[in-house]
Amino acid sequence: MHTNEHTAQIEKFIIPIGPQHPALKEPGHFEFTVDGEIVTHASVRLGYAHRGIEKGVESRNWTQNLYLLERVCGICSHVHATAYCLGVEKLAGVEAPPRAQAIRELVAELERIHSHYLWLGVTAHEAGFDTLFMYTWRDRETVMDILEAISGNRVHYSANILGGVKFDLGEKEAQTIRQGLSFLEERTHHYLEVVSQDALFLQRTRGIGVMTLAQAETIGVIGPTARASGLARDVRLDDPYAAYDRFPVPIILDDRGDLSARVVVRLKELLASIETIRHILDDLPPGELTVRVPRKIKPGEAISRVEAPRGELFYFIKSNGSEMPERIHIRTPTLCNMASVLTLAVGHHLADMPMLLAGIDPCFSCNDRGIVVQYGGDDHDHWTWERLRQFGIDHYKQLESGVF
Amino acid sequence: MTLNLPTLWHDALEKVKTWARVNSPWLIHYNSGSCNGCDIEILATLTPRYDAERFGVKLQGSPRHADVLICTGPVTLQSKERLRRIYEQMPEPKFVVAVGSCAISGGVFDGCYNVVGHIDELLPVDMYIPGCPPRPEAILDGLVKLLRSLQDGQIERLETRPLAT
Ligand code: SF4
Repeated sequence: MHTNEHTAQIEKFIIPIGPQHPALKEPGHFEFTVDGEIVTHASVRLGYAHRGIEKGVESRNWTQNLYLLERVCGICSHVHATAYCLGVEKLAGVEAPPRAQAIRELVAELERIHSHYLWLGVTAHEAGFDTLFMYTWRDRETVMDILEAISGNRVHYSANILGGVKFDLGEKEAQTIRQGLSFLEERTHHYLEVVSQDALFLQRTRGIGVMTLAQAETIGVIGPTARASGLARDVRLDDPYAAYDRFPVPIILDDRGDLSARVVVRLKELLASIETIRHILDDLPPGELTVRVPRKIKPGEAISRVEAPRGELFYFIKSNGSEMPERIHIRTPTLCNMASVLTLAVGHHLADMPMLLAGIDPCFSCNDRGIVVQYGGDDHDHWTWERLRQFGIDHYKQLESGVF
Repeated sequence: MTLNLPTLWHDALEKVKTWARVNSPWLIHYNSGSCNGCDIEILATLTPRYDAERFGVKLQGSPRHADVLICTGPVTLQSKERLRRIYEQMPEPKFVVAVGSCAISGGVFDGCYNVVGHIDELLPVDMYIPGCPPRPEAILDGLVKLLRSLQDGQIERLETRPLAT
């Protein structure tokens, strides 16, 4: 009797990951309830990096906020600034000149390239494929060089100002961009081959975390995560902003819905972005770079939506006619996609968790977390993120040696 | 632990320890509320173009194996305790590097309600690397300077260093 009770107790235990989860923009605390190896329930707690930006904007003026909002996220800083500028311009009743809009789109696509490369590296690292991680990050430096050449900064390029953009593109810059892009295009084709042929990588991605179209719709995922399940959601096409009506991007869909599909969709998006940038360079509209925007913005409310590398980014802006905004609300894509991890985790091996999390691209930049495994009673064991990752890699190595 | 060794041996042992420390510093990185910009630059520093590993630097996961704590971002209310706990878990001697304007002074986030301060209000910082974000070269330069001053015996970390509350 006693033994039975004891077994019942230890059959099910909770594995908390985090809360120190420096990887996400919203460092999160995850709790996975597991039955043996299989995850039966998952929950998340967010808010460790909550700084109070939305309140902070209310005490800064419209121009200062541009720099604060760029720093919501260091990976997709340009889209944050774009969303903000488009919203404020809508409120002020002005529109940035076509050349500025095209440059906005160009920088946004360059940013997508750097973000997807970064993500591919991190995912490869989680899968135990460190060679790929190092290679992608080496190649990513090419796009960082381009961004630096045209804007002067590697991370917060600050291309936008209210009413336009800060810098112009000349023939010399266009040449630099073109050169970099042809190199990246070649590499992307190579990576596409690697991720769809490498046996170990396929084992860790194919058929893992499958999300059907219906599930994707119910959960409400966005961005490449949705498109990998065949859900055609892309703000760039649904509601073109900046110059996306003039230089449209093709939508990349995949109906498999597993991790492998998410990798392939992102890689194909790289190729699409490269093509789009070439179009823009060929056909950059002439004209001014900025229009004047008044210091005080007319009272009113505006929403603006843009497609960040991870999905739809949503801004709500309210002005009361003064020099400072009354309220700004931001909804970032990771939040929407987080729910999919929690749903998909159920029924999967613990070893798949790092990959599942990486699959939605939750702004990973470092892989350092502490995990405590509790076996029913007081007995517990400390796990680090590194150990969970290693566990995943070993798990699949064992599987492989059994299979082949 | 105190060993009563003859001075000659004691000095030799110290030399070996410094040599080991300088040649293989292990890092732990903690983001206490940064925007990710600094974090990806730190990661870029470790990858082939900049290759910090040639200085023996290795990024790893557990505070108990780390010599250097790299902090990014302002300290938010929720991560304050975490940061302190990570620092306390690290074995002596330990060094703290603050990367980025936010970590140094709060940067753009200064004044946001959930930002309780910057790193050196909480931990003793040995090296500041300014920039928003600092370039990978700057991070490398900071690390190398830290190692050099360690080698020259300019930084002396002893057991008792008061933590701010
Ligand atoms: S210093 Fe700049 S790049 Fe670094 S975390 Fe702060 S805002 Fe981001």
